Order: sequence, then structure tokens, then C-alpha cells
Amino acid sequence: MNKKATGFYESFDRKDGSRTTTYCAGCGHGIVQKLIAEAIADMELQDDTVFISPVGCAAFCYYYFDCGNVAAPHGRASAVATGISRSIPGKVVIAYQGDGDLGAIGFNNAFQAANRGDGFACFFINNSLYAMTGGQMAPTTVAGQKTTTTPYGRDVSRDGYPLRVCEVFAQLEAPTYIARVSVADTKRIMQAKKAVRRAIEIQRDGKGFAFVEVLSPCPTNWRMDSIESARYCTDVMEKTFPLGCYRDRSSEAEIIQPRKATTTLRDLLGSSTVVESVVDASFPTIGMKFSGFGGQGVLSLGLVIAEAAGRAGRFVSWFPSYGPEQRGGAASCSVVMSGQEIGSPTVDAPDILVAMNQPSLERFAPNVRSGGAVIYDPSIPVEFKPPTGVRMLPFPAIEVAKNAGVPKAVNTAFLGALSAHDLLPIDDDHLLSALADSFAAKPHLVEKNIEVFKAARQTVWEDKVEMGR
Amino acid sequence: MRKFIRGNEAVIIGALSAGCEAYYGYPITPASEIAHAAAEYFPVLGKEFLQAECETGAINMIYGAASTGKLVMTASSGPGISLMQEGLSYLAGSQLPAVIVNVMRTGPGLGNIGPEQADYNQAVKGGGHGNYRNIVLAPASVQEMCDLTIRAFELAFQYRNPAIVLADAVLGQMMESLHIPDKVMESPCTDSWAVRGDSCTRNNLITSIYLDPDRHEQHNQMLQDKYENMQKEASAMTYRIKDAEIILTGYGSSARIARSAVDALREEGIRAGLFRPITLSPFPIQQLNSAAMGRNVLVVEMSNGQYRNDILLHLERAKDTKVELINRMGGNLVRVDDVITAARNIVGVKA
Repeated sequence: MNKKATGFYESFDRKDGSRTTTYCAGCGHGIVQKLIAEAIADMELQDDTVFISPVGCAAFCYYYFDCGNVAAPHGRASAVATGISRSIPGKVVIAYQGDGDLGAIGFNNAFQAANRGDGFACFFINNSLYAMTGGQMAPTTVAGQKTTTTPYGRDVSRDGYPLRVCEVFAQLEAPTYIARVSVADTKRIMQAKKAVRRAIEIQRDGKGFAFVEVLSPCPTNWRMDSIESARYCTDVMEKTFPLGCYRDRSSEAEIIQPRKATTTLRDLLGSSTVVESVVDASFPTIGMKFSGFGGQGVLSLGLVIAEAAGRAGRFVSWFPSYGPEQRGGAASCSVVMSGQEIGSPTVDAPDILVAMNQPSLERFAPNVRSGGAVIYDPSIPVEFKPPTGVRMLPFPAIEVAKNAGVPKAVNTAFLGALSAHDLLPIDDDHLLSALADSFAAKPHLVEKNIEVFKAARQTVWEDKVEMGR
Repeated sequence: MRKFIRGNEAVIIGALSAGCEAYYGYPITPASEIAHAAAEYFPVLGKEFLQAECETGAINMIYGAASTGKLVMTASSGPGISLMQEGLSYLAGSQLPAVIVNVMRTGPGLGNIGPEQADYNQAVKGGGHGNYRNIVLAPASVQEMCDLTIRAFELAFQYRNPAIVLADAVLGQMMESLHIPDKVMESPCTDSWAVRGDSCTRNNLITSIYLDPDRHEQHNQMLQDKYENMQKEASAMTYRIKDAEIILTGYGSSARIARSAVDALREEGIRAGLFRPITLSPFPIQQLNSAAMGRNVLVVEMSNGQYRNDILLHLERAKDTKVELINRMGGNLVRVDDVITAARNIVGVKA
């Protein structure tokens, strides 16, 4: 008398209430699934297990397995298992995949999960073709094998060679267990049973990725009877796919530890002195553009001003050039500050332009609004007629920064000049505190930059005195 | 607390304030700072962060993690979001809540990394296969990058449906002052459907397969009823519309540009107003009609008119009502001045 398999539902109510499966006579799926279900039941893990069904003949594993069930998209059971196992550490997660599912469309997901040592057991059913969709070639189709898409036999010179997944995975450091077994005869089934149990024990113990490939007969698509197909498995498939244990580090593998919080969001965000913006109808909307070469500190200059405006309770936005643009060549950013909510954060026609190199001067200066100002280093040759009503303010930022002993602080020199020209309606206190905080990671530069800022301011003031203003 | 912060980082602050527990994603400009912030914040807060091998992997990890009832998210841009469409269809079909942020860049194909709004149809109309809809929220500020990410989680769990935060490169890259939410949302109860590997959820099943056509039709109909029911979540905001003779409309950063144009038009005596949808799916049909019915409309967007087409679809209008489009593509922003000129032309004022 056959012993009733454990680990399955009493009756398959998600199917039709019977206790018959969707599998053909002689198919290996039923045997493999019985081995898995019994192992889960024997280890009393049904409450702790999530089983992931693939797409293909085994799509309806959730008809049978009495545990939590998830049905994955085609090829993605391993990726789904990654998401599940990392969400419920300590639980038993099982991905069950066919050879098209895992070997072809989803190979990278399984491979990468193996490479990360993700905490799930992956059962890989190799029947050498796509069964559900009508017997097409799979990555595991053996050389010369006829399938519906290799009607003349698999031609390895054009279709590639059968993919030996165990051997590929065995190149990876992370997997805890890798084995290839077969369910073609009783002796092999007993070996398969051991491998299945080992893979599930590893999950019970939280010891990482376990992979079991199972050579499994498909009499329907192979167009053989049960006995012939079992023989094909052993005599033909095993030549390409040798059985054996390719890796077993279950005794020394470390237990995957769940992540633990070591801080709070508040601590991560640190402190800030930005205050709530206040509506102030008397404060105009000012659009500023900062531009130059990448590496000149164009973006950070805009940022310091925006941060200072935020601390002063103004509405403010900062929008940078980004991506490859910021890694070479030109860099620019727009800052809009206002006494009311800001519309467009981009600045088509700036009120103030800081141009740190010639291309940016040529590109942006013609758009500066009448009544606006352009500040630039006089070492840049000016080869265009400034738009009417625009003040051109040459400022020797490069020289000022160099003389202060911080040649890189050209942007800080421009900041001082903007302040001295009264172009920034923000208190110097806010500018200086924002400037200092911008060097939080390099505190030794704070004092030096403040010196540059002050030197720049002095230069503008002296210049004004000289000009008799 | 307030902090001057980048839009992409605000998404993660919103996610953490919603109680998000896992982030799976693949880097792409201009969305990568979302992954950077998640990588910085999630692990040290005891949450999961994983850089997936590809977007297909990421969305299926989301599918798995969402199956356990956890709050999970991913973020990407154009090409990456396209790769996730099968997964979005599965999430919708299996009724799994998840938040997907799309910081839109240009297309089709590789395009470039500049801002565009050409993924509107993909997000709002479905994008993947089957009769499904996403919840789609359209932030227009750094504050909303945070707040609408929180709202996306709320709606995703309320309706067990994927929710997309449809941002664009401007919103992702720009910085503004962000009010950091004061508290973290309570985790929703998911015992009735999640699969967590415990006795409470042992009988639960996550699937989208129904072999029997009648049963599957029933499932489809249930989804349609759910989408119908979502309509009450539609929201929008208006600005200076009370006496407006022309309504400018756009979402995301285009709405910001339109707002600047409204102020400038008002200054020259043209009574302009702004209608800005906050939810794109469900579309704020009633709000649109109460704001714009009987008035001329100028649509501002960075696409070939995908959002404009929904205005045409939903706005009840007389034969002589104008619905016109001012748009840019390819990574160009619409210029405020061009919006002003287009609006003047509609109301028949010469500059």
C-alpha cells in the first residue's frame, strides 16, 4: 500500500477538490515535489515555509503544497525568492524552476542570487526542453536532441552547447550547497531525497543558498513511454549532466543575520538651521545663474547661496546641470529666491550671472535681464556687446583666491564679491554660516575660505573707493 | 525640522516616513540619488537595500518582498521603468502594493538624461499587458517628492495596487527646503493576504493566474470595480483661477513653469490661472471640469501631448473652447516666455 504523501493539502481545492495533479504519467515533477513536501512536513516547517511556483508545468505547485504560496513570473522565481527571503529572514523560502525558466530567461537572476548567497533553496528541474509550451529547445537540450525548435537535432555549432548550471554555479564563492540528482529510478530517487533534505535543512538553519538540479523525465515531449524516458535520463542526459554533489559547505556556512538598526533617521539627517519660508511680498523673485568648468565649484557656490537663503527664511530652489555634463566640460546651476512660492526653478533669463569661464559668459550673458548684473573674472576676454541695461562687473576672483593662499576657492571669492556688490539680499551671517557648513567634511578649509570671502569683499570695496563711488 | 535637500533624496525621506522596509533597484541617471540615499539610510536603520542585477530583477524582488506584506519600493527612469512593465502588470494582477518612482528622462530608446514627461501614457494607461491601472501621483516640488511618496504607500496599501510617483529629472535633481515629516506611518495589517512563512498566513496565496476564463473575467471585473472606486482619491490644486480667462495646466515641473507664467501674465493684465493635477491616475476629472469648463486651456508639458490628450478626453467643452499645447521634447524645458506668448495668442493679446 502506498503511504500517503505528507506536506500536501488534504484535497487540492485550488484545483478541483480531487487529489490528482496536473502532471503527465511518468513525469518527474510529482516525484520531486513529493520529496520536497515530505521533507518540509517531516521537519515540521510547513508554518515557516514560503513556496514559489514558476511558470511552466509546475505553475500550480500552490495547488499541492500546504504552506505559504507565491506564484512568480516566468524566469523570476529566484528574484522573487530574493525579495521574500530578505523580507522574512529565518524562514524557509523555496524557489522551484524549470530549465527554460532558470536556464534561459531567468538565468541571470538565479546566477546573481547564487552569487549573493541569498537565503533560499532553489530546485532546478532539468528535463532538457520547454515542456508546457510544447517541447521547444531549452538551454539544457543535449547535443543532437530533437525538439520542436530543433527538428533536425540541436546543432551545437549554431544553437550552443547544453548549459551545465551546477558547474557554472560551482564557480561562485557564495553558494552553500550545489548538487545534481536524478529521479529516473529508485536508487537515484533515494539520493535525490538526501539532496532535497540537505537543501531544506540549510534553509531551516539559515545558512544561505542551496541549489539542487534534478534530471527529470518528460515522456510526453520526449515521445517515449515511462520506462524509455527513465532510461534516456540515465543513459543520455547523465553523460552531459553528471550527477553528484558539487559543493557542500553546510557545516561551516555562517548563519545569515538579519540587519539591525544602529541609528535613527533623525541622527542620520543631522541638524539644520533652514527655517520655514515666510511670504514677503516686498522681496522680489531673483533668478541667478552660476556657470563655469566642472571642478570650479560652480554648483557648490549656488548651493551655499541657496542654503543661506533657506536659513534666512526665503523661498529658494537650486537646480544643477547633472550627469555626464557635470563630470567634464561645463557645469552650471540655477538658484531662484523669492518672497513667495517659487514657480519655475530654472532660470532662462538671469538677474545675476556668475560666469567663471569664457564659454559660460558667451552662452548665458546675452540672456541676462535688463537691470541685471554679470560678474566674471577679468582674465576672461569679453568678446561680445553686453545686453543693454546689464552691469558688467569684472572681479579678479582667481587672483584674490590665489593671493589668499587658497587657489581653489575661486567660487568663495565670487561669493564675497556678490555680497560686496550688494547683489545678494541675504545677511552675511547666513552666507558665512552656510559657507562654513559646506566644508563640514573638511573643517580645516573653513577658516581659509572665510579669509577668501573677506579678502574678496575688501577688494570690491577698495575698488569702489578708488572709482570714487 | 527643515532641510535643504535634493528631490531624489526627499523620496527616501518620504519612504522612511511611510515605514518603507526594503529598497531594490538598479542605478540610472537621473534617478540614482534615490538609490544612493536608500543605500546610505536603509541598512543602518535595519532595513533592506539591495542593488539588483537589472531592473527586471529589481521589480521581481519587489514582487517577492511585497508578497510578504512589507512596504517596498524601487526607483528608476525611462529605460529601466520600461524593463519593469511586466512586473508592474504582475503586481497589479496579484494585487500587491508597491511604490515605483519614475524620475522621467527622455526617450524613445536611450534618448538622453535630460528631463521629459513622455512616460505619461506608460504610467497612466498601464504600460504592461492586461486590463490594469497604476495609481499615479505627480509631485511638483521637493516637498511633494517626499509627501507624495508617503501618499503613494498609503494608496498602494489601501487598494493593494502598485503606485507610481511620476517625477521628472528637474524634480529629482533640484534642491528645495523640505519639512521632514514628524512621525512614521503605522504599518498596515496584511494578515488577510500576505505570505510571511507563519501559521497566520499559511493559507494565503499570491497569484495572478486563473485558468478558467469565467473565473479570470471575474478577477478582471473585480479589478475594474476597484479602479472605479479609486476615483474618489483624485486630487488637484488650482492657483488664481477664480476670475481666470485662460487656464494653464501641467503637472510636475511643467506646472512650476506654468505657475511662473501665470504670475507674469497677471502682471500684464491677462487673467490667467493654473490647474495642476496631483493624481494622474485616477485623473481628477471633476476638479478639471470645475476649474476649466468653458474656459480656454493651454497645456504645458515636456512630451508630444500625452497629458494634453487626457485633457481633451476629460474636459467637457464647447466647440469654440481652445485646448492648445506648448511643449518641448528631447530634454529641453519649456521656457516661461514661450508659455506667456502662447497664452497671449490664445486670448488674442499682442505683446
